[in-house]
Amino acid sequence: MSAVLKTALPVRESPAPESLALKAEAKGLDFYYGAFKALKNLHMPVYEKKVTALIGPSGCGKSTFLRSFNRMHDLYPGNRYQGEIRMYPDNVNILAPDVDPIEVRMRISMVFQKPNPFPKTIYENVAYGMRVRNINRKSTVDEKVEKALREAALWMEVKDRLHDLAFNLSGGQQQRLCIARALATDPEMLLFDEPTSALDPIATASIEELVDELRQRVTILIVTHNMQQAARISDYTAYMYLGEIIEFGETDQIFIKPRNKQTEDYITGRFG
Amino acid sequence: MATVDLPRPAAMAIADPDRLKHKFSRNIKERIIEMILFLAALVSVATTLGIVFILFYESLAFFRHVPLVDFFTDTMWTPLFSEPRYGIAPLLMGTLVTSAVALCVAIPVGTVIAIYLSEFAPFSVREAAKPFLELLGGVPTIVYGYFALVFVTPLLQKVFPGLPGFNMLSAGLVMGVMIIPYISSVAEDAMRAVPMSLREGSYAMGATRFQTATRVVTPAAISGIAAAYILGISRAVGETMIVAVAAGMQPNFTINPAEPASTITAYIVQVALGDLPHGSVGYQSIFAAGLMLFLLTLVFNILGHWMRRKYREAY
Repeated sequence: MSAVLKTALPVRESPAPESLALKAEAKGLDFYYGAFKALKNLHMPVYEKKVTALIGPSGCGKSTFLRSFNRMHDLYPGNRYQGEIRMYPDNVNILAPDVDPIEVRMRISMVFQKPNPFPKTIYENVAYGMRVRNINRKSTVDEKVEKALREAALWMEVKDRLHDLAFNLSGGQQQRLCIARALATDPEMLLFDEPTSALDPIATASIEELVDELRQRVTILIVTHNMQQAARISDYTAYMYLGEIIEFGETDQIFIKPRNKQTEDYITGRFG
Repeated sequence: MATVDLPRPAAMAIADPDRLKHKFSRNIKERIIEMILFLAALVSVATTLGIVFILFYESLAFFRHVPLVDFFTDTMWTPLFSEPRYGIAPLLMGTLVTSAVALCVAIPVGTVIAIYLSEFAPFSVREAAKPFLELLGGVPTIVYGYFALVFVTPLLQKVFPGLPGFNMLSAGLVMGVMIIPYISSVAEDAMRAVPMSLREGSYAMGATRFQTATRVVTPAAISGIAAAYILGISRAVGETMIVAVAAGMQPNFTINPAEPASTITAYIVQVALGDLPHGSVGYQSIFAAGLMLFLLTLVFNILGHWMRRKYREAY
């Protein structure tokens, strides 16, 4: 089984340890939905300009963990964090009560499971992050919108209809638009919550290609249901089960010779 | 082509072949239920058609005596004079001015309430506030009418000393308050129907609650909000008791809300009180006025329908 997976893996040089810098780190993170403890004492590094994948069966807490990084849980009453997620280079616990979640979200952007473009034009969707920061100078906004759309590999398809409604795009285009929207404000980190689960295989391939290019510039944390996807696009992988991180390591190691029996069972499809 | 004899369960062979046929009793029951439901639906359609028919029929009689040109161009409405004149313009103007005043109150306040309740209010506040709003919509309009006449008008007269006892301003303001819950509740429903994923998308970009409410949720709900406004307009145009009590009953061709005036509905009330003999031209005039009102509301409803379709958002 391992041998089969190995051939499917892209050849990638394992990163030299000294080139690794921490972008964020979970330290003893617990999370509660009311009385339900959804995350249990998580410890995990997120390395700068690397892709880290969170895998695990439904309900294992991988999305909950991801959404802690931009304090999405603050939107709903009854949610509670304990422990820390430290962000570097600031070395600040972004879960601390005196940290403004809006400031965190300005630096850590997110792309959701289902494409969720706003009921606005393509242009205004990408410009949204600038609009809410009161950046309105047309030349600046024009330039950033074009740059973000190019980075999201959407520019060529939409440059002649920037002022059409975003809803007229296909599902895959909408998702790339959402990526452009997230990129337009130059975030340091991008969170992807199963970004391809609502897309067809071709659109999925284009998103994966995009993630592969984005790793040069930005730190990426991605939740995925699809193990092949994690194997294809990530540098590091964490396997989660019932709110705990069972194993974390370099993706090649996790997929080729997992140290933990549970991880192996999940990856080989015996479980999950 | 060798056939294989499959073993058959014995029960199958002796099963009653009629079991699968239509049952007479079940069919007749279904038919009767369908008939009752159809009749219930027919009542509302038939009533509407009946009203439209009567309006047109009686108006036709009216327009045999009064030329259409006079009806639309004359600026006097004096059915009780010995030389009666039937120009709808003063009544129409009264309706439009009182409605405009009302909407100037109801649309901004109703929208703000909807945004607050849908996007800002904690659950407990929302649950506490909604019954009060609904109560506002449940107050009989005659109560609002006297509230305007004996409370709001004297208050306004302190600010504007020359204000007459009957005026469109006071009636319009109170009518606006009456319409607030209609607008706020429909608009709030529309905003709450906006999927959470859109709000999350906005928050994830670092937007504040206010930015999310005004830049994402409101545009996403615009078709429902437009429907709320149209409903408010229809209520204002058709409102009767408040204007009949507080705005005065003198047809007055003016756009100044500080003056007294009669509206189409107030005129119909006046005639219904028995000032004009049954069958006279004056009596028939209320059908012509009613037809005007009907057409006015119809125009707004069609406009609303068109706007809903044009701005409908697919999320």
